[in-house]
Amino acid sequence: MKYQAKNMFLGVAFFSALLAGCASTDTDASGQEGADKVSTYTESTDSMNDSYNSDDMANLETVFYFEFDQATLTVKARKALDAQIVRLKKTTGPVRLEGHADERGTREYNIALAERRAISVADYMAINGIPRYRIETVSYGEERPVAFGQSESTYSQNRRVELK
Amino acid sequence: MLIRIITALIFLAASSVSMADLTIEINKGKDDPVPIAIVPFGWQSGLTVAEDIASIVESDLHRSGQFSPLSRSDMLGRPRNATEVYYRDWKSLGVDYVVVGTLSQEVTGTVTANYELLDVNTQRVILTGKESVSIDKPRYLAHTVSDKIYEKLTNIRGAFRTQLLYVSAVREGGNRTRFRLLKSDIDGANESVLFDSREPIMAPTWSPDGQKIAYVSFETTRPAIYIQDLRTNARTQLTSFKGLNGAPAFSPDGAKMAMVLSKDGSPDIYVMDLASGDLQRVTNHFAIDTEPAWMPDGKSIVFTSDRGGKPQIYKVNVSSGSVERVTFEGDYNARARVLADGLGLVMVHRENGNYHIAVLDLKRNRVEILTTTNLDESPSVAPNASMLLYATQYDGKGVLAAVSIDGGVKYRLPSRFGDVREPAWSPFLQ
Repeated sequence: MKYQAKNMFLGVAFFSALLAGCASTDTDASGQEGADKVSTYTESTDSMNDSYNSDDMANLETVFYFEFDQATLTVKARKALDAQIVRLKKTTGPVRLEGHADERGTREYNIALAERRAISVADYMAINGIPRYRIETVSYGEERPVAFGQSESTYSQNRRVELK
Repeated sequence: MLIRIITALIFLAASSVSMADLTIEINKGKDDPVPIAIVPFGWQSGLTVAEDIASIVESDLHRSGQFSPLSRSDMLGRPRNATEVYYRDWKSLGVDYVVVGTLSQEVTGTVTANYELLDVNTQRVILTGKESVSIDKPRYLAHTVSDKIYEKLTNIRGAFRTQLLYVSAVREGGNRTRFRLLKSDIDGANESVLFDSREPIMAPTWSPDGQKIAYVSFETTRPAIYIQDLRTNARTQLTSFKGLNGAPAFSPDGAKMAMVLSKDGSPDIYVMDLASGDLQRVTNHFAIDTEPAWMPDGKSIVFTSDRGGKPQIYKVNVSSGSVERVTFEGDYNARARVLADGLGLVMVHRENGNYHIAVLDLKRNRVEILTTTNLDESPSVAPNASMLLYATQYDGKGVLAAVSIDGGVKYRLPSRFGDVREPAWSPFLQ
C-alpha cells in the first residue's frame, strides 16, 4: 500500500513535470481570471440551453469526498467521477478542480493535502481521457468549509474536491 | 437592584462601542505574581488625555501574568510622586512595588509622563522615568511606561509596544465570507484593516524590521504571495506560480523570502532573493514539505514534512540542502516557530487526537505541552520570548489566545464577531 502511494506521488511529480513546460502560459492566464470566469459562465449558460446536458448535469455529483488525511479516491468518488468524465468528454471547456480539507491539523499542511486531493481527481480524469490542458487545480485547504462545527459529519463534508 | 442592572446594561452598551475587537480574559495566572500598585497618574490642570494611562499600565502588567495589580478601590491614597508616598500604607496592603506619576504638557501637541517606581520593602525609588509622545498616542505612552517597569523588575525586555497581525473571517449571507487582514496593538487596541477580500487570506508574517508584511491572498482565485508596506500600504504581488504559493517567511536579514511552492510537483521549500527575484529550491522530495521558519542565523530553515509518513519537523541547511529530522516525539509535529535565541521551537503537537501547542527544548530534546484545548494552531512567539499567541476555538468560534513559554500564564483574546486566526506577533518596533 505504501509502495503504491509512493508510485502515485511519483506519477504526480511526472505529470507536473510535463506541465512545468507550459507553466509560464498558465501563469499568464491567471492575470485574466475575470475573463476566465466569464467564459466559464457563458459555457454553463450554453449547456443550460441544451436540455440533454442540463438534465445530465443536474443528476451528477460534482463533489467528491475523501477519508481523513487521505488523498486517494474512494470507490464512491470514482463512480461519481466516471459519470462526470462521460459528460465532460462531450464538452470542450475548462475544468476547475478545487481541493478542500477539514480543519484538523495546520492550515499549511491542509492546503498541501487538499492540493493532493485535487491532483488525484485531475490524474484520474486525465488517465480516463480528459485532456490535461482543460484541467486546472486549486487548493483552498481548510479556508472554505461548507459545514461548520466539530463533528465527524461536519469534517467529512469538508474533505472534498469540487468540480466547477 | 433594578438600578444596578440598568447601570450594568449602560456600562455594557458603552464598553461594546469603545472596546477593541479583541478583549482580554486571563484564565490562568502565575502562582505567585508580584503584588504592585499602579496609582492613577496626576495631571497638569487644563490638560486632557484621552486615556487612563495608569489603567493601561495596570492591564499590561496584569496580562504578563507576572504581576497582580492592586485594585484602585483598595488604595489608601493617590500619591502623584515619591514624596507623597507613605510606605507603611502600601506595606499594610501587601504591595511590593508602587508606581506613581504625573502627566503634563511641556511642548504643544505632546504629553509627558514623569513617573517613579518605588520598592516598598526598601522604601526606595528604584526607577525614575520621563517619556513624551504626541498627544494622540496616549496608549503608546502607557505601553512605554509598562516596558520600562517590566524591564526593571524582570530583567527581560518589555514587549508591550509590539503589534499583531491576524486574519478574521466573517460569514455573510448566501455562503459568502468576508476575509480581513487586521493589525492591532498587542493588547487588541488600535485595530486597523490592512486588506479586505471575499477570497481567503492566509499566513500573515512580519519583516524583521516591522515595516513590511507578507501574506497569501486568493484574490485572483488562486493563491499568491503579496508584500505590503505598512507605511505606504502599497501592495506588490511577489509570486503567482502554478499550484501552491504559501507560507512566506522573511529571512532574519530581510533580504530573502522562504516560501512553499508546488510548481515542480509536490510542495517544496524555496527561497527567493527579494532584490533579484532569483529563486532557489531548498528541498526536493515527493512528500509535503511546508511551513518554513528561519533559524536566527539565517543559515538553515526548519519545516514540516510528511516524508516519514506523518508530519514531523525537519531542518534544512539552505546552502547545502542537507536535511535532518528534528522531532521524534508523537505522530504529529508541525508549523514550528523558532525562539529568538534559537534554543527552542514552538509547534503544533498532536496527542490523543488533540492538537496542542508545545515547546521543544532543542538542547535537552524535550517536548512540553503548553495548552490543554483542542484544535490549537499557528503559534507565534513574542520577540522577548516571554509568551506566544496561538489560534484555538472557543464557544464554536475561532479565537486568539496567549500562553507564557513556561505554560504558567494563559489568556484569551476573543473577537466580538466572526472567526479570528493566524496571529503573528511583531518584532520589536522601536
